[in-house]
Formats: sequence, C-alpha cells, structure tokens
Amino acid sequence: MLGPKKWLEKYVELNINAYELRDRMTMSGSNVEDIRNLSKKFEGVVVGRVEKIEPHGNADKLVVVTVNIGKKNLQIVTGATNFKENDYLPVAIEGARIAEDLIIEKGELRGKISEGMMCSHDELGISKSLIPENMKEGLWILEGNFDPGMPFEEALELNDDILEFEITPNRPDCLNMIGLAREISATLKTDLHYPEIKLQEVKDKTHEEISIRIDDPKGCHRYIGRVLKGVKVHPSPDWLQVLLMKAGIRPINNIVDATNYVMLEYGQPLHAFDLGKIPSKKIVIKKADGIGTFKTLDGVERKLQQETTLITDGNETLAIAGVMGGLDSEVDENTVDILLESANFDAARIRETSKNLGLRTEASSRYEKGVDKEVALTAINRVSQLIQNLTDCEVLAGVVDQYPIPFKESNIDLRVVRINQLLGTKFTSSEIEEILKSLEIKVINKGEILTVTAPSFRGDLVKEVDYIEEVARIFGYDRIPSTMPEATITVGGINLSAKVESLLKTALKAQGLHEVLTYSFVSPKSVSKISIPKDSPLQDTILLKNPLGEETSAMRTTLLPSMLDVLERNYKKGNAKMKAFEIGRTFWKNQQEKMPMEKSKLVIGAYGEEEDFYSIKGNIEEMLSGLKINKLSYVKEPYHSTFHPGRCANIYSNGELLGTFGEVHPIVSGNYGIEVRTYLAELDFEVILEQGDLNKKYQPLPKYPSILRDIAIVVPDHIQIAEIEKVFESYLEGILESFQLFDVYQGDQITKGFKSIAYSLVYRDFNKTLKEKEVNKIHEQVLKDLEEKVGASLR
Amino acid sequence: MKNKLESIQERGIKEIRSASDLKELESLRVKYLGKKGELTQILRGMGKLNAEERPVIGELGNKVRERITQELNKSKELLEAKDLEKKLEEETIDVTMPGKKSPLGSIHPLRQSVENLEEIFISMGFKVVEGPEIETVENNFDALNAPKNHPSRDLSDTFYITDDLVLRTQTSPVQIRVMKDNKPPIRIISPGRCFRNDTPDATHSPMFHQLEGLVIDKNITLGDLKGTLEIFAKSFFGSHTQTKFRPHHFPFTEPSAEMDITCFKCGGIGCSMCKGSGWIELLGAGMVHPNVLEYCGIDSEKYSGFAFGMGIDRITMAKHDIDDIRLFFENDQRFLQQFR
Repeated sequence: MLGPKKWLEKYVELNINAYELRDRMTMSGSNVEDIRNLSKKFEGVVVGRVEKIEPHGNADKLVVVTVNIGKKNLQIVTGATNFKENDYLPVAIEGARIAEDLIIEKGELRGKISEGMMCSHDELGISKSLIPENMKEGLWILEGNFDPGMPFEEALELNDDILEFEITPNRPDCLNMIGLAREISATLKTDLHYPEIKLQEVKDKTHEEISIRIDDPKGCHRYIGRVLKGVKVHPSPDWLQVLLMKAGIRPINNIVDATNYVMLEYGQPLHAFDLGKIPSKKIVIKKADGIGTFKTLDGVERKLQQETTLITDGNETLAIAGVMGGLDSEVDENTVDILLESANFDAARIRETSKNLGLRTEASSRYEKGVDKEVALTAINRVSQLIQNLTDCEVLAGVVDQYPIPFKESNIDLRVVRINQLLGTKFTSSEIEEILKSLEIKVINKGEILTVTAPSFRGDLVKEVDYIEEVARIFGYDRIPSTMPEATITVGGINLSAKVESLLKTALKAQGLHEVLTYSFVSPKSVSKISIPKDSPLQDTILLKNPLGEETSAMRTTLLPSMLDVLERNYKKGNAKMKAFEIGRTFWKNQQEKMPMEKSKLVIGAYGEEEDFYSIKGNIEEMLSGLKINKLSYVKEPYHSTFHPGRCANIYSNGELLGTFGEVHPIVSGNYGIEVRTYLAELDFEVILEQGDLNKKYQPLPKYPSILRDIAIVVPDHIQIAEIEKVFESYLEGILESFQLFDVYQGDQITKGFKSIAYSLVYRDFNKTLKEKEVNKIHEQVLKDLEEKVGASLR
Repeated sequence: MKNKLESIQERGIKEIRSASDLKELESLRVKYLGKKGELTQILRGMGKLNAEERPVIGELGNKVRERITQELNKSKELLEAKDLEKKLEEETIDVTMPGKKSPLGSIHPLRQSVENLEEIFISMGFKVVEGPEIETVENNFDALNAPKNHPSRDLSDTFYITDDLVLRTQTSPVQIRVMKDNKPPIRIISPGRCFRNDTPDATHSPMFHQLEGLVIDKNITLGDLKGTLEIFAKSFFGSHTQTKFRPHHFPFTEPSAEMDITCFKCGGIGCSMCKGSGWIELLGAGMVHPNVLEYCGIDSEKYSGFAFGMGIDRITMAKHDIDDIRLFFENDQRFLQQFR
C-alpha cells in the first residue's frame, strides 16, 4: 500500500519526516518497506505556457515553439504534436538535469536555436504504467493554469515522500489513506480529521430514477446506488492525477479518477455506470447461470463461471461484481448521467471469481481481503461530492441502499490481569482504555474488566488476545521488558536417533566424504533410470498432485538416484573425484494408515581414481565401528540390477540386512553420463539404529606378550575370503587373538586355478605368557582345519 | 722410560686431535693402546725396572693411558657429532613439498547451521524433535488457525499429495504434534525440510529448511519470548547483536512479531545486505494463539506459550555470504569443500 505523505497529512498531523514516520509505523505494526518518489530526481524544470507554434521551415516533422517561462520567452524546437497554444507544460530550461543525469543545453535543430526541452512524464521519471493514455506518446500537458516559471515539482507537489507499507492480511482496513491515518494517529498520538462531506442535492430522487434488487445476498451484502446527472467527462485536474499516480493508479478521466480517489481514501471500491446505457434503469445482482461470456472494460471477452456474482440490468450483464465493469456500460466522453455503485461483496466469492478469471484488480484485491460494510454510504456520498466539484453536475436526492445483512457490533470482556499476564506488563485499566480508544475501539472500563466493541472496519478483532496484541503494539514491543521464562527447568538434548546420525556423519566426514542435501522429490522415472524392474515396490512412489515439473513429482523411495544426480553433476563439471553421503527420508505408501511411512536411509556415492569396491566397504566398516557394529557379514548380490553383478554385496549385522553396496552397473552409470567406475551404498538407517550400541565399556589391556605368526596358503580360486576367515573365527575363543589378511596373489608362481593368500595371526593368552609350544600346537590345528575346510595347502 | 712415556703422550694427543674421521681415530687407538700399541709395548718392558722405579713408571704409564683414552673419547664425540651433522645435512628435504593427506570431508553448511542452532537451544533446555515431511492439511493449516481460504493453501503455494496430505510448508505442524502428545511444560525446537511451490531461482527453492521453536508453560509472557530470542541472537550472531521486535501477523500466534537483528555484515551502519537499513529480518514469532492451544487439548487459561520459526537457508546464506540458494542443492564438491 502506497501512502503519499502529503495525502496522509490531509487527515492527520505529521510533525516528523518520512524516515521518522517509517520507524514509528514499523514499530507499531505497519512495516514500511520503502520510501520513494513519484518522479525521478530532476532540477531546473519549470511550468511553461505555449505562446506560439510556428512551422520549422526546414523540417516537416519539427515545429518552433515560443514558450513563456515567466521572466522570458524561450524558443524551443520540438517534434511533439500533442499540444496547442496556451497549453501549460513542464519545460527543462538550459542547465536542467532530468532523467538519469541528462543535462539540457542550448542547441540547434536544423538551423533553429532550441533553448530548452518540453518534457513528457517519462522524461521526468514517471513509471510508464502510470502515464495517462492520451499522453503516453507525447508531452505532459497540464489541465490547469499556473504561473509560468514556477518550479514544476512545486506546482504539482511532486516533492512528496511516498511510504510503501507492508499491510498484513489481517488488516485490510489499512489499505487506504484514512485507515493508514488512523494507525498513524494512534501511533503518534495526534488528532485524526475525517473529510467533511457536504452535498447539494436536487429535488429529483435517486429512488425514483432507478431500482436495485439483490437476488444473491450470499454474494452481495450491500448495494448502494446514487444517480448524478449532467456530468462532463474530461481529464481530471492535475492535483487529482498526481495524487492517483503517487498511489500507483493511472489517471483515466474525472469520473473514474474520482471513484479511484475515494477508493484509495476510504477503501471502498466504487464503480460508475453510464446510466444512458442502462435503459431498464434497473440493477439486479444475481449469480451467473453458468452460460455465456462477458466483455469487460479492458475489452477482453471473459468466460463466466457459476458462483460468480453479476451486476445486471435485469437481463444483460453490466459488470462482474467486485472485479470489473463492462465495456458496454462504460463511462465515456459522451456520458451525461451516471449511476454510482458502492457495494459490499463477499470476500470468498470475489477471491474465487478473480482466481477463475485470472483477473485481479484494485477492487477485487480489496474485496477479497474484506471491506468495511459500514463505509459504503460515506464513500458514495464522498465520491458524489467530488464529482459534483469536478463537473458541476446534479446530484439526485438520496440513495437506494439495499443492505440485507447489516453489520452488527459485538462486544467482549477484556481482563486486565490476563493482559498483563500474557505480556509480562503492569498496565492499569485506564492505560489500556486509552490505547484502545486511540484505535476507535469503544471501551466501558469496569476496573478489572473492560468491555470493548470493535469498530466496523476491524473485523480482525474477535478474541481477547486480538485486543491484547493491540495494547502491546501501540504501547510498543520495544518497551515491554525482556525476561526469561521462570518456568520449570527442562532438560534439553537430542534423541538417540540424532546422536547416531551425528556419529555416522562425523565418521564419514573424517574419511573424506562430503555431506550433500538433495530434494525429497524426484522424477518418477528415476527408479527405472537405475534399472529397477517395473514390479519392484520401489516403483510405487507417492506422486504430487501439483508438482513444479516431472523432475520433482514423485516422493523418493530410494536415495540412489539422488546420489547419482549429485555424482553426475560433479562429474560433468569436471571434478576429478567426488565422495559423498546423505541421510534422508524415503516415502512409502501405507495401506492401513492415512499418513505415508517415512524411512530414513543413508546413501554413499563415489567416483575417482582412489575408489574401488573395497574403499567403499572400508568406509562403511569404519563408520559402523563407531557404533560397535563390528560383526558384519557380506553376501554377494548378483541380482540387484543397479549394480555390477559381480561387484555387489548385501551387508548383514546379526542376520539383519543393513543394506547393499557395490560398483554401479555400467548401464546405470551410463544413464547418468558418468564414464568412470562409480560406487554406491544404501543402508537402512533404522536398522543401523537398532544394531548400534553407544555404550562404550573399557576392555583391560593385555599384560602378557603376544606371538605373531605369518602364514601363506594356496587355495582354489573359488574360495572366498569369508570362508577362510570363518575358520580363523572359530579359534577366537581360544588363544588366537586376531587375524589380518595382508596379501592375495595370483600369477606365475601359483598353479592356474589357485590363489595364494597371506595372513598375520596374533596369538595371546590373557592370563600368562604363551610358550612357543602352545602356539605351535594350535597353529598346526588351524592349518589342518584350513586344509580340510577350504582345501588350503601351505606355500 | 719416563721420557719415552711423556713423548708418547705428547705425540699421541697431537695425532688424536688432528684425526679427521672415526676410522683414523680407531687406528690411533690401536697404535697407542692396542695390544701391540706403543704404550702397551712400553709398559710390558716395565718388568725390567727396579722396584723403586716400577711404581713410579707404572703410575705415569696409567696416567698416560688415561690421558690418551680421555683424548680419544673427546675426539670421538666431536667426530661423531660432526658425522651426524653431516648426515642430517645430507638428509635435508624440500619442506615446501605438499603434505601427505587423508582428506577431510565436510558437513553440509545447512546442517552445520542446524547443529549450531541446536547447541544454543539445547543449552537453554530445549529438546530437539522431528516431524514428518508429508503432513496432514489439518496439522499444516487447520490446527494452526489458518483460515480456510488462506492463499498459502493454494495449489500455487503448497504441494498436495491428496486433498488431505501436503508436503509441509513450514515446521510449525511439529508444534501441533508435540502439543497433542505432550503435557506442558514443553520446550522444543524442530529443524527440518519444508516445501513450497516456488520455481527455483537465486532466492527461492521448492525445498528449504526451517527451525521451529515452542515453549508452553504456566505464566509464559511476551517478555519471555523477547528475552529468550535476544539471548539466542546474541549467542548465534555475537554478543554485540541488537534485536528489534516489530508487530506482525501470523494466524497461529497472537500477539505476533518479527524479530530483526543488527546487520551482521555492517554491524548496523547500513550496507547492501541490509539495504541500508542496518537491520535484517531474522524470524517470526508470537504468543501461541489460544485457538491453537485449545485445538491441541491444552487449557489456554492455564497455560500460555510462545513459538518462533526461522529460515535456516537464509541465515546460512547471510552468514557465509552465499548469494544463490541453489548452490545448497547442487552439491558441487568445490562448494562443499569450503565448509570443512
């Protein structure tokens, strides 16, 4: 909402500058986002009167103009055409600075001296959207007479700070000058003056001229009409045009401008019909029957939907209620008699209509937020007075006012103790009374209780807390003392799941992985992109009804595609390596419950020279070791189609499936345009949580020395390391303390079909120093077992 | 004999002192003290001496041996030190060569912000709780007192799954879940992902992050809201940070406020970041609306409370001078690496 300071000053005393006003208003709840001016800064522009227009002689399209600028006449050469002798207009004289530092100099145009420049709106920095239609392509021609030579910005009051207020949706009453002035008056504690409305009515009565009937009281709560006769339609006086432009509205003609002016003043949208174009002299407000189209003022043919409230003459549609009038009943330069409309339409209805039509107007945006029902009569009288002043027309006596559901005042009790309790203050009832009264709230002060009645324009004041907020904001939030809750002591902290998450993340970061965050929604095709078959439950994604696009339309069931997207982006940007992880949710349909299931997963992805299957495996093992998940088993997984069939495994802890990892199938990495070996892992966060153990108990350190034995054995190719280690594991209960693989060899030295494997074994007795003999005995047994179980022979 | 001994000592010391390496020194040791060494040879001839001379020469012989040994050790020490020095000299490396690394990864900058925020609130007795990303319309809007026709419910603002389910547009529905399931006193924060139907650009993302806070107890006041959030702002942005509470409007709080803090780039003087005002809008807050309390089965006459919510992405962008929100979700390694 734009509030020109000089306009606001018509209603409320302002003894402070715009910046102070901004700060004060911001602190009482009307946030000021910007302070601006109608025009860009200019200097040296004065009002000039066109004395004489003569042909140039050397150029068809130029004329030589004598312009009176008070002290003297200037000769100006121009190509503009929209002016005539005795017109007043802005003249930039020699040395003037206009439009982004353009300096006007004396010059010569085709042999004729030009001593200045006559200006357009645009050249003075007025936004194109505000320039009246007839002056869009030409000079700014003034309507009134001024003293030639008068500084232009003074003549038109252009030097005015315009405050841009951010009005919250609960305060539609502030979307007009009087509403803003009320807030200013309460904030600054200065007096408010409403405009004085005096009408000179003729004997003829409005109700004898027209009739009004509301057939759709749900859509139309009030409809007032008034007839004005003998108007003359022409451009508005300069002051009115400038005021409208300051408030962001383009001037049209005196009738429309007057309705817009009063709308900006009181917040009541108004409309003027050409009464001559309504032969039935009848207004019927009814719902659209769902057929037909209607041409609005802007010349667009609009399709009407049911649930649209229409203004009709009984048969033909005249206007779409609260949104826009019709072209056929529009006021034009031949209009003589007008019917003014001041109505109150249902907010929800207008919002719906405006949305359906894709048409938002000054009127509709006010109606959809809520307009004061009571202001309609004041506004129609105010606009009648204004038009009478502007065109010297006849105002018919009285109005026709259909008001099926009138506004009803309601009151509520406020408790002084409650107010102070919620705010942490010590207000007395009379302090509260004073604040509320400054907002035009009626107050009966009963001591501990205040019975209050909200004015008709404050539909947002319903509950006790609504009034408490009024007290707080007008008093000033900054003046309410800051305290700490004296509440019960509570223990803060994070839950187990967050602790585990934090441990995992720290471990992964330490191993060089970067945490990434990706969207919870993906393309529904992403599951197929990683070669998951059509019948997999992973394909059964939850879809958004109104996604931004196909790429973000399905809630993910796996984090693998998201991670591949990250790797793809890094790969294509030329990053030589990337190793990343994410802990995020997957989303699953839930037949029994309304709420879908959300399951957290941990995904790891990597590519780069140093990466292979085992580096990922090592990362996972190190990460899990921090949660004491040490006893992992791996089963080769040749069927997961995202992965390389020979380089993929499922990981288990205590028989529970933790997840799957491995090298990405070349077809899948190819789908992402990644041309190097790529690795992925996806683990079930909830299983990790289940299997993890955060308790750390101290294991005494050994007091007796260990004995180290290295062995090298040859086993058939098909034997997996896990099978060999299973043999070692069976000795861990005894004196075998640990075993560590240190070499796997296949090649010239070894018979084809076999491989050589070397382990370090550590033997230790926790209670005494081991003797060689004891170790030899067990060691031989181990070797024998290896021979029997995996066909091993010593090398 | 005496003269002989003295001359051995003199010559020995001289030769030892001029030895240039350990090998030469060793040969001198053999030359004088070895089994066939000069001194040994002489002392062997002591048997020929008479009883009077013998102890005198014996004593002198031992002294000479001692002296030479002493000199040998001294020289050995010197030569060894020299050798070590030489060896170390030879081992000189180029200290400007790059180090051997096992590179550190990184925690996402948004998650780092969350961790920092959590730490502060945990120290004030807040528990961290989480809520689902897919929410009911009831929790996301109705229970939060959002009018039925509120524009935020539009398809152009909110992602819908069904008529009853949405991707939560704010973390505020966690308030509802917590109030429904717990009795006061309540003191929680809830960080998490939120979604709005915004086309991505430098300042908008269809997915973003918020942190919600809620305190419910007896006698909680607007003053308490101010006090708590002032302490938070000072801990997160530095103790010099000033705060400003402006009245605002949210459907689920009344009175409502927005909190501004002094710009952390210019300290309040005015700069491009704060558009010259010296202030930056940080969060929305307010006293929980009695309608919301009652909806959750909490007696609004007995209990009161405050709630607040802030955009984590915006705070993080401001803190690190990041000018495009999309960088958070592009996950370029060169970006992430800067937050190690």
